[in-house]
Order: sequence, then structure tokens, then C-alpha cells
Amino acid sequence: MTTSPATPRETTEGTVYTVTGGDWDEVVEAAAKADDERIVVNMGPQHPSTHGVLRLILEIDGETVTEARCGIGYLHTGIEKNLEYRTWTQGTTFVTRMDYLTPFFNETAYCLAVEKLLGIEDDIPDRASIIRVMLMELNRLSSHLVCIATGGMELGATTIMIYGFRDRELVLDIYELITGLRMNHAYVRPGGLAQDLPPGTVDQVRAFVKKMRKNLPEYDKLATGNPVFKGRMQGIGHLDLAGCLATGATGPVLRSAGLPHDLRKSNPYCGYETYDFEVPTTDTCDAYGRFLLRLEEMRQSLRIIEQCLDRLEPGPVMVGDKKIAWPAQLALGPDGLGNSLDHIKKIMGTSMEALIHHFKLVTEGFRVPPGQAYTAVESPKGELGVHAVSDGGTRPYRVHFRDPSFTNLQAMAAMCEGGQVADVIVAVASIDPVMGGVDR
Amino acid sequence: MSNPDNGTHGAGANGVNPDQDLNAQNLPGQRGDHGEVIGVRRGMFGANNGGDTSGYGGLVRTVRLPGATSRPYGGYFDEVADELEGALDEQGLVPENVIEKTVVDRGELTFHIEREFLPVVAKTLRDDPALRFELCTGVSAVHFPGDKGRELHAVYHLRSLTHTRLIRLEVSAPDADPHIPSIVSVYPTNDWHEREVYDFFGLIFDGHPALTRIMMPDDWQGFPQRKDYPLGGIPVEYKGAQIPAPDQRRSYT
Repeated sequence: MTTSPATPRETTEGTVYTVTGGDWDEVVEAAAKADDERIVVNMGPQHPSTHGVLRLILEIDGETVTEARCGIGYLHTGIEKNLEYRTWTQGTTFVTRMDYLTPFFNETAYCLAVEKLLGIEDDIPDRASIIRVMLMELNRLSSHLVCIATGGMELGATTIMIYGFRDRELVLDIYELITGLRMNHAYVRPGGLAQDLPPGTVDQVRAFVKKMRKNLPEYDKLATGNPVFKGRMQGIGHLDLAGCLATGATGPVLRSAGLPHDLRKSNPYCGYETYDFEVPTTDTCDAYGRFLLRLEEMRQSLRIIEQCLDRLEPGPVMVGDKKIAWPAQLALGPDGLGNSLDHIKKIMGTSMEALIHHFKLVTEGFRVPPGQAYTAVESPKGELGVHAVSDGGTRPYRVHFRDPSFTNLQAMAAMCEGGQVADVIVAVASIDPVMGGVDR
Repeated sequence: MSNPDNGTHGAGANGVNPDQDLNAQNLPGQRGDHGEVIGVRRGMFGANNGGDTSGYGGLVRTVRLPGATSRPYGGYFDEVADELEGALDEQGLVPENVIEKTVVDRGELTFHIEREFLPVVAKTLRDDPALRFELCTGVSAVHFPGDKGRELHAVYHLRSLTHTRLIRLEVSAPDADPHIPSIVSVYPTNDWHEREVYDFFGLIFDGHPALTRIMMPDDWQGFPQRKDYPLGGIPVEYKGAQIPAPDQRRSYT
């Protein structure tokens, strides 16, 4: 306590504080009280740099963010509820739409959970697992590319945006070749895959890997050493290891705090333990570190994709159990993907039992023994967990997705409070939330 | 029924009695009387409003979730259980009162915890050096209207990065008293997860700093993920035929 606190005095040039033996804390407090610049800003839900329909509620004091909160739910589509009214196989059609930038991770995580409930994890053919891994790693590339591209655009670095979407287009071409669709594939099914790789896939993926090895250094040249880029990213969106674990943040956010936690290494699935790759980390805890991590993870993904291509052997892509395996033999016809003519001929012309079996499995589906299972995959954003519960019926009793975007977004407040308004954009972009996954 | 004193398990006319056939363990609808009954399934093809044309209308099957497991649990599960029981003992708690039952199923360990002890157990699991479950992956919930007195289940998955382990905690509350203590003070990550469960199931997490709806609009009535809440939707007309909304369609029971 001091005897004479700071006294404000109005002059022609504004308020002047006269400090006479006072305490600086009291000065700051008085200044904060007198300040009428404190406003609450609603950023979003329709804002180009909030990654879809994220609503940020910022209390700002001048240019400083004093409090930050998220409003979510604008993209809630009730996917988890809808799953309970469809068969287990139809579920993949829904889950692929959740985090629409990581469809193969959603599908694989869901199918791994169904397979665990069925107890057929060991029966999944090698070829199916290898193709799953390959698609997931391609997906990691396309997701990280979007993150870097949109993150750059939000900084005004439109060249990075053009580069990112240019390279992502190459990945989407591969998706289109393999599944027929650029997104919303429903290609991974409980028990394996919807169909085998079409001819020419291996060559196209190899050409892609070669091209990406040439393209990836361009991001380094453009951004990694760029002083403006570094100035905007370094030290922004800071979240240390304790903060990450408290808020449950996983993925690049956690690894940017120096902990090499990656489910592909710690709890391998789909045979990841047999692939040779590294888990990069940085200890900067900031947006720049996360950018570097994403670049390095893309290089590691290319390594894994090459190993997948080397391992591909001809073989089945669906479990042998005909009570689970979808009976359709899909083929590409003039009107798109559909049942192959041979299969139609067989079920319509020669085998009534095959027709009944086809009809039963497609309309009724298969039964899954009662119980619950939790499976998790390392999506580009972090731990994507699936909690699936069966009551022995042909439909899921309950499926809950622990989407990494949802959990990581909680760290937004810790990253942004006390920083500048312009840095909120950078911090949110470094979390890489996708609202389709957050809201489900 | 060839087994009159126990009508729910028909010793099959095909000569195989699933109660005695060990390989029948993995058959749908788990036979036998072990496990926890959560409901009864009747009929076969979801046709409840007409005559029994299929002949399957009289079929009655109980739905059982995997029941309590006795030791040894296998793998690291015994060690986790020992350490947890020891740590609870040290705090003056009787493990039998805290842990309702332990279930090992499909290679996963589940502790069913009495709800009032959930924060203590969570804190112990996080802080004990031999346990160290640093990361909570949030809370999911399941609504079992047939599980009388414990209709609402909250399910937590805890991950130990130190020991590379994963366990599940399950807590139940009756529909009449949907309260579970919040563990946001132990795992701050559960802030949004508990709000989500409240939003969808109406489970009230006592002690949560701001338990409000998160996905649905603030003035929404009802809890959408409960089983008695309809999916909604409108019938769709296609080429003159009406296709009912998904939850109005006939389903296989």
C-alpha cells in the first residue's frame, strides 16, 4: 500500500497518469479500468479464416486477447445417432463424412472397432491391411497439405495455398482412381475393403511419390526459412507438454511439445509395427514447430507408402467369412461402380441360395456379439478413438467418436489468451480443427 | 422348446446345444446365463403388428453384456488392478466398495466404479507412479433403458503414455437420478466431453465448471442420444412410393 496512488489527469493529448511513489501494479490496474477499448468480438461462425463454422468469442483489450472461447455445434449432423439406425456395414458411409479431410482414418478406426467386436482382427487379409495403411498415409499427406495451405492463406501467403492445393489434387486423383470418389469414399469396410485396387494404381502411386519428393522441398524453400513466415509463426500458439496432457491435445500439437507419442508406434494397428518410419518432434511448443512437424510427417508418410507398394502381393481384400464379407463383386461399368455382371448372372440365373444370401446380408447385415470395444488410430490431427457398443443386433447400439479436432480445440483458449488478435488465426490454424469432425 | 425349465435357450433342433458347445461362445447373442442382462429380444424380423407368418415370432433371447471376470486377468491387467487396489487401500478405501466389478473382454480391461468414488479413482490413476494414466480420451455414454436402476453408463478411456497402457472406467447412474461427479478437476480435457454427454444424454456431471449444451442449441428440449428419443426424419416419396424415415423402417430384431 502506498499513500499516493497514480492519479489520472486529462490533458489535450489524452489521459496522463502522474506516478508519485506509487506501485506499478496499481497504475496498470487504473489504466485498465479507465480503458474503454475492451470489447467482445464474435469471430465467425461465418468467417473465412475459422476453418468452417467455428465461432470464436474473443474479449479484446486493444489488440490483446484477454479471454477466448469457442462456440461449436454449427455443423452437428447427428452422425452418431444415425449410425444406430443403419447396419454395421452402412456405418462406413456415415463415418467417412465426419472429418471430411481424413475419411480413410474415420473408416479404418470404425472398421477396426467392428472387427474387434466381431473378434476377426487376425483374419483380415494382409493385402487389405497394407492398402489401408497406404490410403491412410496418402490421407495424412492430403490432410497436412490442406492444413499448411489454408494456414498459409490465412497469413496472406497465397502461394503456399496454391502449392498445397496443387499437391493435394494429386492425392485426390489417386483416391478417385482407387475408390471412384474424391472424398466420402466408404471404401474401407468391416472385414476388409469394398474392392481391390484397380489396374495401374501401383504405377500412379509410385509416380506420385516421386513427384512429391520433388515438390516437398518447395515448401521449405518458400516458407521454412522465410523471415516473414517465421515472424508470424514462431512463439505463437504456445502450449507446453503439461498443457497438452491437461487439455488432452494429441497429434502434432503434442509432438511439438517434444513428446514422441504416436499411436502407430505405441499401440500399433494394421501392422504399423512392421514399417520403418520415424516420429518427428520439436520442442518449440509453437505454431512454427507444428508446421515443421507436418512437413516432416509428410516425408515419413512417403516412406511408408513406398514400403506398402513394395509389399503388395496379390490376394484377397476381404475376410473369408461369407457371413461377414459383402457378397457383391463390384466392377466398374459404363454407369459407374456397381455389382459385376458375373455376380448378377450367378445370383439371378444359377444360384437361388446365393441370391438369398446376398439379399440377407445386404438388407439385414451381420450380427455382432454384445460388448464394447475401443480402438484408436493416429489421424493427422491426433488420437481418433472409436467406442463402439453392440447389443448383439445387426445395427450398432452406440458408436462414439473421440475426434482429435474436438479435443484439441479446447486448447485454443490456452494458446490465444494474452496474445494478439491476429495471432488467434495462426494458433487455431496450427491446431488444424475440421468442424465436420468437431461437431459430427 | 426342448428345454422347458429354461425357455430362453432353445437346445437347438439341429442337435447342437450352444450351452454346452464351447465353440458357441462367439455366436451372436451369447448363449448361457453368464454376463449382465440388459434387455430381451423377441421375434426375428421386426414385424410386430401382424400375424406370425415367419414362425419366428415366439423367439425370445436375452441380451447379455460380458460379465465380471475373475483373476488372473492376463497381461498388464493384473498389475494395474493390484496397484489400483493397493493405492485405494492406502487412502483408507475398501477396494470392494469402490470397484463394483472388473470385466476383461476382447483384450480390454474395464473397471466398473461406484459413481461417488469416480474422482478419487481418477486422481489415483493419474497420480500414482505405478499407474500414471496421464491422458484421458474423454467420456462416452451409453443408454441402456433395459438395465434397470443403472440405465445411463458413462465410459472413460484412460491412456498411460509412460507405461503404454489403456484401461476403461465405467460408471452408471439411474435415469431417475442422472448424476455423476465431474472429473474435470482431474482431467481438464473432459470439460467439453462432459458437456457433450450432458447435451446428448442428460447426464449431470456434478462439479463441472459450466455444464451447458455444446452441440445442440441452448434452448433444445430433450436429450437426442437417449434410446427413447426418435431419430426424426420425414418419409420420402420416390417414383410414387413412400419410403419411411430411417427410424420408422422395419428393422431386424
